[in-house]
Amino acid sequence: MAELTGTDDIGGAGLSGTDTRGAGASRAWDGVRAYFLIAGMWIRSTMAYRASFALMTFTNFAATALDFVAILLMFSRVHTLGGWSLQQVAFLYGVSSTTFGLADMVIGSMERLGRRVRDGTLDTLLVRPVPVLAQMAADQFALRRLGRTSQGALVLTYAVLHLDIAWTPAKVLLMPVMLLSGCAIFCAVFIAGAAFQFAAQDAAEVQNAFTYGGTTLLQYPPTVFATELLRGVTFVLPLAFVNWVPASYVLGLPYPLGLPEWAAFTPPLVAAASVALAGLAWRAGLRSYRSTGS
Amino acid sequence: MGAGRLYVAVAAGGFRRYATYRAATVAGVFTNTAFGLILVYTYTALWNERPHLGGYDLPQAITYVWIGQSLFKTLANGGGGVETELMERIRTGDVAVDLYRPADLQLWWLATDLGRSAFELLGRGVPPFVLGALLFDMALPTDATTWLAFLFSVFLAALVSFGLRYLVALTAFWLMDGSGTIQIAWLTGWFCSGMVLPLNVFPGTLGEVVRALPWSSLLQAPADVFLGQADALSTWAFQAMWAVVLLAAGRMVQAAATRRVVVQGG
Repeated sequence: MAELTGTDDIGGAGLSGTDTRGAGASRAWDGVRAYFLIAGMWIRSTMAYRASFALMTFTNFAATALDFVAILLMFSRVHTLGGWSLQQVAFLYGVSSTTFGLADMVIGSMERLGRRVRDGTLDTLLVRPVPVLAQMAADQFALRRLGRTSQGALVLTYAVLHLDIAWTPAKVLLMPVMLLSGCAIFCAVFIAGAAFQFAAQDAAEVQNAFTYGGTTLLQYPPTVFATELLRGVTFVLPLAFVNWVPASYVLGLPYPLGLPEWAAFTPPLVAAASVALAGLAWRAGLRSYRSTGS
Repeated sequence: MGAGRLYVAVAAGGFRRYATYRAATVAGVFTNTAFGLILVYTYTALWNERPHLGGYDLPQAITYVWIGQSLFKTLANGGGGVETELMERIRTGDVAVDLYRPADLQLWWLATDLGRSAFELLGRGVPPFVLGALLFDMALPTDATTWLAFLFSVFLAALVSFGLRYLVALTAFWLMDGSGTIQIAWLTGWFCSGMVLPLNVFPGTLGEVVRALPWSSLLQAPADVFLGQADALSTWAFQAMWAVVLLAAGRMVQAAATRRVVVQGG
């Protein structure tokens, strides 16, 4: 197994001591390029069965739409939930679903890592001259996951059109920043989850509590949750920066945990820090991987 | 070996097979608990806004959440039972082996699924429920009869659940690739069983329709028996009616399917 474990530098975009900065950057670029090549291959492969693709995309759309139907059903019985109106909750829902849907499409295949470790197919990825992270992320790339994103985007559009938001340049600018940072934060959760699976292969389902559980949590207003839970998803796993904090600014609502107003503009920093930490965890996980057998 | 003993052995096999993956079970308990927590807080906000929504008070609504998390895998409301495996066997042609076993196809898979359900109830159902009861104020029945009536209702629910999923699995005889049907079936099961919101809370005609559908046997029915919201006997009768209808339908479809079975390959 010495050969295999020796190749783990491939997964780290050239961070090993002997690499120069230039080599590192070019490896990162190689990774991105490989990602697009592999993803493109999977898209061509799914497009061989167009009807099946259309059906799956629609199912994906409908599946996530039911989440919103549940919220509509709740609001058929009440006017506000935790002090937030239907349109305000729809705004949260839209941002949560759009960002999670994008992250799930871009990198969601990482959740299959545990299975690959178990059946030994991860070793195949280790011997290819392409970063393992890129290979895992693009593996079985599913364009049908656009179903969730487009459903989220529709709900977000509905919310923005029906809410009486006092738009300022800062708020307009914050919208794309919020969506991109939110997507990056969810990507970090996926990477960290995959890194965790190196240690706990069978326990892959724990990850669902943070990915699917995370996006579900963010569909509801922060005011309904207990303070300890809010602290956890603000300071430990910073999901609150996906939508709760920036949305509170855009909608002019009180911040969760009484955070200062400038906190609404920190999501890019939070996202960068999360991705960096998740990347370190991934490197540690990949380095600890010893394959199976003798 | 008597027929009864055969199916008991098959069920025990199903139980042991799922019991093997301990880490996966612990992970599942963790995830169910996390989702349970999210729902508990949401329901608390909902019931504070509208007390006695759907005829439940807040402790009853919270109990409903934890019953739902406990039964989710047990009854495979959102999928994950034996149907995936059966569909794969139909697709690959391995089902031919099942068909020439000296056992009935439907009963064989029913036994496997009941064994699986029994393990999921003990391994994945009980821990989140106990955690919920420790953390929150729940409406727990004080008499043993209600607990037993609930358990019998869960057993009937397992029959209904299998009846539904067996029909879904058999579609693979005609469709080959069942991933589309299975996804739709899982979604319907998840939504119409009341996993997101108790069916009592669904408004107007929609509520009446979902409460009459077989999926209401899966979570709403046992939960109402547990919470004393419904009469046990009439609930059992409703569940048993659906179980009989669905299992009989499964038998008919199976007969039609096996007549046209063409084993693929050489």
